[in-house]
Amino acid sequence: MSVVISAAGSGAGPVVAAAATTIDTPSIQYLQLSPVLIVFGVAMAGVLVEAFLPERARQLVQPLLTGGGFIAAFVAVCLLHAHRGVLAAGAVAIDGPTLFMSGTILVFAALSVLLVAERKLDSAGGTLVADASVVPGASGARALRNARGMQTEAYPLMAFSVAGMMLFVASNTLLVMFIALEILSLPLYLLAGLARRRRLLSQEAAVKYFLLGAFSSAFFLYGLALIYGFAGSVELGRIADAANTVGRHDTYLYLGMALLAVGLLFKIGAAPFHSWTPDVYQGAPTPVTAFMAAGTKVAAFGALLRVFYVAFGGLRWDWRPIMWAVAILTMVVGAVIAITQRDVKRLIGYSAVAHAGFILVGVAAANTEGLSGTMFYLVAYGFTTIAALAVVTLVRTGDGEASDLARWQGLGKQKPLLAGSFAFLLLSMAGIPLTAGFIGKFSVFEAGIAGNAVPLVVVAVLTSAIAAFFYVRVIVLMFFSEPTGERPVVVTGSTLTYATVGIGTVMTLLLGVAPQPLLDLANHAAASGFVR
Amino acid sequence: MSTVPWLTILLIVPTVGSLVVGLLPRARAELAKRLALTVAVAELVLAVLMAVSFHDSRPGFQFSQHYNWIKAFGISYSVGVDGIALALILLSVVLVPVVVLSSWHEADEADRNVPVFFALILSLETFMIGTFAATDVFLFYVFFEAMLIPVYFLIGSYGPTGEQAQRSYTAVKFLIYNLVGGLVMLAAVIGLYVVSAQNLRHGTFDFAQLRQLNITPGVQKLLFAGFFLAFAIKAPLWPFHTWLPDAGAQSPTGGAVLLVGVLDKVGTFGLIRYCIPLFPKATTWFAPLVLAMAVVGIFYGALLAIGQRDMKRLVAYTSLAHFGFIALGTFALTSQAGTGAVLYMINHGLSTGLLFIVVGFMVSRRESRDISAYGGMAKVTPVLAGVFLIAGLSSLSLPGLNSFPSEFLVLVGTFTRYRALAIVATAGIVLAAIYILYLYQRTMTGPLAEGIRAGVGDLSVREKVVVAPVVALIIALGIYPKPMIDMIRPAVTSTFADIGHSDPAPTSPAAAPQGVHK
Repeated sequence: MSVVISAAGSGAGPVVAAAATTIDTPSIQYLQLSPVLIVFGVAMAGVLVEAFLPERARQLVQPLLTGGGFIAAFVAVCLLHAHRGVLAAGAVAIDGPTLFMSGTILVFAALSVLLVAERKLDSAGGTLVADASVVPGASGARALRNARGMQTEAYPLMAFSVAGMMLFVASNTLLVMFIALEILSLPLYLLAGLARRRRLLSQEAAVKYFLLGAFSSAFFLYGLALIYGFAGSVELGRIADAANTVGRHDTYLYLGMALLAVGLLFKIGAAPFHSWTPDVYQGAPTPVTAFMAAGTKVAAFGALLRVFYVAFGGLRWDWRPIMWAVAILTMVVGAVIAITQRDVKRLIGYSAVAHAGFILVGVAAANTEGLSGTMFYLVAYGFTTIAALAVVTLVRTGDGEASDLARWQGLGKQKPLLAGSFAFLLLSMAGIPLTAGFIGKFSVFEAGIAGNAVPLVVVAVLTSAIAAFFYVRVIVLMFFSEPTGERPVVVTGSTLTYATVGIGTVMTLLLGVAPQPLLDLANHAAASGFVR
Repeated sequence: MSTVPWLTILLIVPTVGSLVVGLLPRARAELAKRLALTVAVAELVLAVLMAVSFHDSRPGFQFSQHYNWIKAFGISYSVGVDGIALALILLSVVLVPVVVLSSWHEADEADRNVPVFFALILSLETFMIGTFAATDVFLFYVFFEAMLIPVYFLIGSYGPTGEQAQRSYTAVKFLIYNLVGGLVMLAAVIGLYVVSAQNLRHGTFDFAQLRQLNITPGVQKLLFAGFFLAFAIKAPLWPFHTWLPDAGAQSPTGGAVLLVGVLDKVGTFGLIRYCIPLFPKATTWFAPLVLAMAVVGIFYGALLAIGQRDMKRLVAYTSLAHFGFIALGTFALTSQAGTGAVLYMINHGLSTGLLFIVVGFMVSRRESRDISAYGGMAKVTPVLAGVFLIAGLSSLSLPGLNSFPSEFLVLVGTFTRYRALAIVATAGIVLAAIYILYLYQRTMTGPLAEGIRAGVGDLSVREKVVVAPVVALIIALGIYPKPMIDMIRPAVTSTFADIGHSDPAPTSPAAAPQGVHK
């Protein structure tokens, strides 16, 4: 099926010479690729809309187009549920995990579109800036705060990013994976800089994310090159075959594996590659933070699982100790540093780090339960986080979101229902029974113990207790403290945001009380495993 | 054989009640109180009806129900009761209406949300009954953890007014302490599931199936440790008790009654229901350690109780001593001591519950938990003093009151196996007399403390109605404990017999207490 690369890889060891005389065009299975193609198409269409429609029309058309596209792609994913195989000359794999994670990404993306499209947060509308190219401090920068417009480019950017994420989890060769990584990352760097308030912070976040992201991409690319040097192929299946043979070039293999891991762990936000997480979470517009927190995490874990279960599956005894160490470090760093946070978005950022650590427990288990547990956890975590960040956009002061935790004091007395659902979401993140977060933790911990990772699970439960402390602290602030100083205003008319909070909260409850359907789906997806 | 799903009904009634009461508008406080009381009394009636159709002599669980819940993990909604669980459910349903009535004005002050307060108490009732009724370990765990949330809000939102900082601190301390234990237990629960998956080829949380497992001693020890830590924190046993005095002092009175009276029993119940039958080898191995902790707890709790100045903290410390007795009885692994320990759980719930209620009445009259703020109360409030004395004497196990048979059984049962421990523990009774009588002397006798006379009334009709059933039970169970013992004993005996601990033969006929050895 694959053309040039397979010719190069067929010799023993890395042979570079063998030249292909003719190039056969690979057959492309458009139908099976349709979800990704739909999203790409929507992104392109979005660019055209930007070019040809007036501002006012764009604000209406773009969300409908993008949201509709995500839903259409989701339907396509559902229709493809029985398909398994390698497509496009070995470049893309369609299998249980791919479909599960693509569907998850699309659902989260559609929810994020609701948040981005919200225009009733304050007098000027939503959270995105009207003109991102105006430098803070320049003339007109102040007027931006109250400008009614927004950069509707956000929608096609999101669509591109989603397409990249879907390709990321589906890629069967490291090269496609790298391309997907760039497609998903570049729009995110831009999106992070689009916040309407606190422009400086937002732009700092964008630059920081871009620099560190580019750095990690370089790691990934270098790792790719070394692996190619070792295996003579970038196809995951061939790398696995090559890794199972005893050879003289193991140094390349291990170095390459380590560098790939750095690139992927960066995207996940695992310690010690997590330092961008709180800054970007805080600086990015909150809907974008929600999109990133839920979507990128799924995509990055999807790719991590594929690389380590498929390409390096035979080497699990070599990489498991490293995953253990990273998981422990990530959990501890995330949970401990979160305790000291005073900003609710940074708090959620560090909690995202801690959760990355919990999910890594499932990855480190290196068994089927680990795969399905990880997938379930990602769904549970995504719904909870999107809803929690949606609540954050609603609690405002004159200066935008009341992200300072001190402002949240006494919110429970002011708005019991909203504060109650936020408390419920926090309890889910803390892993209290009858919430989605608990079932998620349960399934990855179960996988961990079944995979003989008992000490890892013990560390995980202890850090869960530490993490619970800071979630509970927010609840204490909201319910037990008297409001002090300037009270925040809770926006009431924002239907789209409230809908998102509602969906996220209900899903968090449903997945906690009746998780069976989704567990079945995840088990089913994991049981068939990755194709190669 | 009745087919009425008693336990499910018992779980649904307070759940629905709690939702309805909680959703009432704040202005309808009076309606919320009445509704909560109605639900609690209805629950009591239902539970009594269930108890009537319970067969003492039949082994195993009764009123069992079994439905799949999360098939992927072999989790089911399984409920059923044996004598031990039934006794504790009865204790819960007796105390809840008492608590509702005694807390009638508890949440009235400041701008507190009265309906939510009673909704929390009713939801707590659901979770308490759930933990005792669950026969699926996962279901038990869910109730066990979920229980923390209402208590957390009871302490944090409805603790003493004007002690904002302390009560948030206490609420968080309570939650984190218990969560740590719970999460460690979660690891053990999952471990148990994985072991079952390896042994049975399909994982399960069903208690009956888990009991049949043959677990290697090394794994047993690890799993035992995980469960034990959670229960030792919950009970609490020395040295995991430090949250208890804080929580006891900072809870609203009703919360404290349920917290110390029933919730803590979940810990001791867990020891006898889960730790011992599931991990018999580990039980034998850990028993000396647990017994040592128990005896230390008896003395530690008693000594610290003597030194307390805050009445609620004092009562909390006396409980620590009593939990020592309960753990001693449980881990002596004789059916006498075990029966005594379970009976002790019930009796402690009644006597400590009454103590907390009476202390609550005193605090509501004087706005102080400080012992030195009282003195000579018996002259102005003779009925209150009388009830206080009964509660105190029950707490120090005066013969004729409820705690005496249970303490006696614990000590006799322990003596047949661990003479030295039983003898040492007996000295704890003397300390109990000191902390109770010294407390009574300082608050109720002597010259009137300053400012007492102004507006201090004796028990109101409502308050008398609150204490009357508890006092009646304390006296009734002291004189005629046989129905309770008959209910508890078969379950305890079968628990210990299953793990191969039959009672040592009595050394002399005189050692056998009447009414127990038949």
